[in-house]
Amino acid sequence: MPEANKQGPRTVTLRYFDGTRREAEIINQEVPYPDGKLIVSRTDTKGIITHVNRAFVEMSGYSKEELIGANHAILRHPDMPTVAFEDLWKTIESGKKWHGYVKNLRKDGCYYWVKATVIPNIRNGKLVGYTSVRRKPSRSKISESETLYATLM
Amino acid sequence: MTFNLTVSPDFAPSHISGWYYFNTWLQRQLDVGIHLELYDDFAQQREDLKNGSIDLIYANPYDASMLVRELGFKAVARPARRPDETVIVTLRSSDIHSVEDLKPGITVATTDDPDVHTMGMIMLEPADLDRSNINTRTVGGYVVVAKALLNGSADIGFFLKDAYEELSELVRKDLKVLVSSQISVIHHALLVGPKMQSHIPQLKEKLLTMGNNEKGAIVLENMGLSGWDPMSEEQTEFMIDLIDTLIPD
Repeated sequence: MPEANKQGPRTVTLRYFDGTRREAEIINQEVPYPDGKLIVSRTDTKGIITHVNRAFVEMSGYSKEELIGANHAILRHPDMPTVAFEDLWKTIESGKKWHGYVKNLRKDGCYYWVKATVIPNIRNGKLVGYTSVRRKPSRSKISESETLYATLM
Repeated sequence: MTFNLTVSPDFAPSHISGWYYFNTWLQRQLDVGIHLELYDDFAQQREDLKNGSIDLIYANPYDASMLVRELGFKAVARPARRPDETVIVTLRSSDIHSVEDLKPGITVATTDDPDVHTMGMIMLEPADLDRSNINTRTVGGYVVVAKALLNGSADIGFFLKDAYEELSELVRKDLKVLVSSQISVIHHALLVGPKMQSHIPQLKEKLLTMGNNEKGAIVLENMGLSGWDPMSEEQTEFMIDLIDTLIPD
């Protein structure tokens, strides 16, 4: 588990790839992924959210209105290494499907783990955006990911 | 010209007559000849779809990708308030209480229904189970899945939720649901093949108003449906993209 995760609430500055930043309070408390649900979202080609389902709203803690139009990076937890998202973008921009385990940041500062799959949306031969579907991961995969990501920070 | 209509083989046996009534209703509404061909399994149906002999299909969502993206079918409608959900079931007397209690080496009773099998496998992932560490018994229908649980030849079974709920009380009293999917956006769809697409506007209009008259409402009831909702090209593409994310590489 990353060192920072052993501590209580803390305020961090999240820096995004487009140069923007925001302050967020991080709480070391996991919200369990609900059984049987899929979190579904779609973005445009720049990662701006265009569609969310109810499970996304419930798990992220944001309203639908807050999510639509936001960058998907709004969910990015500071314990996630940048290299994981670089791999994601490199994969989907080359037209391929990406799988990975992701620790997501909720609006209230807590976190939840997902197994994420992202695919490019092709319409009439043209890339129009991406669909991301998240499902419940196993505890062993979460544990492996925590160990791996700590080495990549 | 006579068109050919077929139905995904996962329809409930109790609704066979409903599909024959639907076929008669449809022929009168469109004033064309339509032959209803029913199949026992997905493989034979897919073969006939690929050789172009089907013009209209009430399709399993998993097949929608092949039908739309490879064979040029177009979705016209989906059943109202009837998403495809999957349940994983075990014996009520079992000491398994959640998916995480399941261990490698278990036997899973399943059918050749592709979307239910795919979702069932996804719901086993939290227990680190996949096709490499479970035994799979593919059987001919959901009643047989229930039998496999009751006679102890399988530890868990995958069911289409609607099919599980249609099992008799006598059977269900000895079973329990471990997990139920709550996806909402994956559902069957009525798809029209290239030869029949000039009828789409009329077909859409008739389907969307089907429940407004007595005859149409009776046919719907016999099919186990409450009505039809329109399905746009983009809604179809969205569902196909979503299913693509669920299919193992």
